[in-house]
Amino acid sequence: MITKRIIPCLDVRDGRVVKGVNFEGLRDVSSPVELAKYYSSCGADELVFYDITASSDGRKLFTDILCETAKSVFIPLTVGGGINTVADFDRVLKCGADKVSVNSGAIRNPDLIYEAAKLYGDQCVVISADVKRVDGVFRVFAKGGRENTGLEAIEWIKRCVGNGAGEVVLNSIDTDGVKKGFDLEMLDAVCNAVSVPVIASGGAGCIDDFITLFKTLDKVDAGLAASIFHFGEVKISDLKAEMAKANIPTRL
Amino acid sequence: MVAIVDYGVGNLFSLKSSLKAVGAEVVVTADIEVLKSADQIILPGVGAFEDAAKKLRESGLSEKLISLAKSGKPFLGICLGMQLLFEKSYEYGEHEGLGLIKGNVRPIEGVIPEEYKIPHIGWNSLSFKGEKSPLWKYINDGDYVYFVHSYYAADCEKNVIADSEYGARLTAAVADGNIFGCQFHPEKSGTVGLNILKAFTEMKGE
Repeated sequence: MITKRIIPCLDVRDGRVVKGVNFEGLRDVSSPVELAKYYSSCGADELVFYDITASSDGRKLFTDILCETAKSVFIPLTVGGGINTVADFDRVLKCGADKVSVNSGAIRNPDLIYEAAKLYGDQCVVISADVKRVDGVFRVFAKGGRENTGLEAIEWIKRCVGNGAGEVVLNSIDTDGVKKGFDLEMLDAVCNAVSVPVIASGGAGCIDDFITLFKTLDKVDAGLAASIFHFGEVKISDLKAEMAKANIPTRL
Repeated sequence: MVAIVDYGVGNLFSLKSSLKAVGAEVVVTADIEVLKSADQIILPGVGAFEDAAKKLRESGLSEKLISLAKSGKPFLGICLGMQLLFEKSYEYGEHEGLGLIKGNVRPIEGVIPEEYKIPHIGWNSLSFKGEKSPLWKYINDGDYVYFVHSYYAADCEKNVIADSEYGARLTAAVADGNIFGCQFHPEKSGTVGLNILKAFTEMKGE
């Protein structure tokens, strides 16, 4: 039976993980390679590396680190951040990424998803959407959630999937950082609109939030979070043990 | 030494790294002399069947790989590389494979209930079939591996060494003597995957 996936996201700037606490047995908490190994050993089903570097030097450092990680961590790796062209896909895939997530790049260039999917396959292209309610309508935001694009989110996501995106990461700006649970209403709307896997992001504050997510919305395939894992508020091994106890299909 | 067949299909970075991680000496090559001297051969692949089969044929590798596999050298196809071992694929038309294992590659669509998503993507458990395969030497029935695929190997029941449940029983791995195929990605399946690769790289030819 296919399992529900737990995915920690690592924000990387200039070759270092941006936030994090000390984990037992982990020497350097801001080393992406060390942290990736640690999460993998705790049972993470996939890892997302998000490049929030602004400089080209930082970008080079990012790909070096990706290579280093892919040499020692053997679970699927997704890369996001700074993906604007097919050449960016090529750059990170050569360093061991399995999937590439696009966000603002697809908004600026709607052909990007189609071109990348044709070259690398649908399974390689992930559409990541930052969505917020504006006057009761789900709107897509760009530039890290700062700019309202005016695009209606469900139509946008459907269009991206139609162009070849093989997975959707839905990040609800409304619940992000609030730590009171995932945005079930928004996720339900997206799950009913597309037939590809949907990854929930934004709002997880505790183990129960993941249990509620998977128990309420059968169609959600994975839960993604960053700070609660980095700050040690939720241990992935504990989370997965609780999921199994709740009869959610889980890889232990 | 284990040789990965280089025919311009897919990303070999992780496969190479995972083989090194289990202590194997690895070479990525299209050179027949190097392939002949290797202890084991891995045929990788992601993407479309037609394109990959064409690349194998046009590079002249098809016939050479068939005779190497038939010579008794341990041979492992991974993902699309496994599908290429079969006689035919029905992915966008009808295309000939290497014909090393009897059977056909068919779309998952129509075989599984409609509410199941395609591709079959994520971690699924292996159910061993028949006598325990030497490929499973270091792993257990029920262990999880990582899948990404929309087509599956059919009409090959007697060669199935493991399957996975996804609304239907989908072929996860096959074997016929020294020839093995995994639909899933051992190089992305954590410790379980590494243990499968370790078992394969320890195999000796006839």
